Amino acid sequence: MTSIGTGYDLANSIFSPDGRNFQVEYAVKAVENGGTSIGIRCKDGVVLAVEKVVASKLLKQGANKRIATVDRHLGVVYSGMVPDGRHFVDRSRDEALAWRDTFKTPIPTADLASRMGGYMQAYTLYQSVRPFGITAIVGGFDSELELPVDGEVGSGPAVGAGGKTAGKKHGGPFLYMIEPSGLYWGYYGAAAGKGRQVAKAELEKLDLGGAGELSLEQAVKEAARIIYLSHDDVKDKKFELEMSWISGADGPTKGKHQEVPKALREEAEKEAERLAKKAVEGDDDDDDDDDSDDDKKDGDKMEE
Amino acid sequence: MEFGNSGSLSEDGIHLDMDRLKKGEVNLGTSIMAVTFKDGVILGADSRTTTGAYIANRVTDKLTRVHDTIWCCRSGSAADTQAVADIVQYQLGMFAMTNGKPPTTQTAAAIFQEICYANKDRLSAGLIIAGWDERHGGQVYSIPLGGSLHKQTYAIGGSGSTYIYGYCDTHWQEGMEEKEAVEFVKEALKEAIKWDGSSGGVIRMVVLTAKGADRHLYLPDTDYKVRHST
Repeated sequence: MTSIGTGYDLANSIFSPDGRNFQVEYAVKAVENGGTSIGIRCKDGVVLAVEKVVASKLLKQGANKRIATVDRHLGVVYSGMVPDGRHFVDRSRDEALAWRDTFKTPIPTADLASRMGGYMQAYTLYQSVRPFGITAIVGGFDSELELPVDGEVGSGPAVGAGGKTAGKKHGGPFLYMIEPSGLYWGYYGAAAGKGRQVAKAELEKLDLGGAGELSLEQAVKEAARIIYLSHDDVKDKKFELEMSWISGADGPTKGKHQEVPKALREEAEKEAERLAKKAVEGDDDDDDDDDSDDDKKDGDKMEE
Repeated sequence: MEFGNSGSLSEDGIHLDMDRLKKGEVNLGTSIMAVTFKDGVILGADSRTTTGAYIANRVTDKLTRVHDTIWCCRSGSAADTQAVADIVQYQLGMFAMTNGKPPTTQTAAAIFQEICYANKDRLSAGLIIAGWDERHGGQVYSIPLGGSLHKQTYAIGGSGSTYIYGYCDTHWQEGMEEKEAVEFVKEALKEAIKWDGSSGGVIRMVVLTAKGADRHLYLPDTDYKVRHST
């Protein structure tokens, strides 16, 4: 990097002459090395998935969860530096609780994304701090039903509330991705970490978006497939697949953010493994047509 | 200045609220109500403000805007309820700006309740929150003295309300037309004003629907028959 040694990368609060904040760009590098995480927003819910890199055989299988629940209806997954991610989750929980305290209602996903985007952005401003080394994916399902005010006495009358605007839908599944700069956008499919390029290419092929027909259960299977596909068995360390989902009140999770049940996950994982293997074998076939010397050189480069 | 023995429980555990106000404090000895109807919600109130036996204001406006289509009826101490409404109005204004969408009636009710409950020992405020929002239509929440929150189809409050429990129970109907609902509120308040010494003056109303807020004013001179301009 040409920027190294110029001095403009030494502190958060200094721009380079061409208007860049190098500390933020380095943070992005930290994310690019992290295990792949993805989020899918489909018509009836949200799926979060992560390639949890297993650093040691001594770690207990299935423990040390990487996807966190922030409120009943909200889940967060992240790529990059795990301790930074844990702090992000802690703060998200504080924000969700603070919202509940003041407004007596669950925080909408968009508002949590906004709050956390602001929080991460603040860490790009000051000499005393460094940016978050994570990109976080926030998924949530804002209730489509009328919710009671928290702490309201009794269930209230079943009648009365007249004058509703007819035909207007409220709530639904939402997905946001927040980058180290504090930048955040809403997505139908989001990916971060090492395998994001492959993952994004796959997400783009899915039937998402406004009139997307992909169902939640299909999305779980696609998520598993994409994580397996983006994982390189040769280069990358071993991993565990971790997945969570959120449906509406009439769906399998009843509006809550939950881990995908073991049976469904294992089923999805089995199929994903088969497809990933098939894809790799397909790649090998393609490679045979190429000049094999070039391949070796490329391979050497990556080892450096 | 003397203070009442506010917040204390008597031996039998029944809360006594006889001496809530300081000597000379302005009291909204009041008749207020809010009702849901087909298209939204209507708030109504008398206009009498008293300091003891003296009528400090005979044309008070006890219906206070906290957001475009969220209003409240105030009863109890004029100073306390004005202060609380001011705080909530500020909060809802902030909410609308930071979130880019208007607050719901629930949100308003939640903020009101938090203030009323957290300061229950120091406030004498009986509030009815009524509002219209796109998602929930017209809603009525009642926050009586202790700071509890009750969602209701209609709510009545203030000293004058004691006289019209029966009237309202008999005459309230689900899904009334606007005209019927205005008539219901007016007749109920007329009755409350008739029997309650600390209620009187004009009848004010605010109709909240998708179209916004619409004010009504009825004067005793015309036996509350004519709708005057505000």
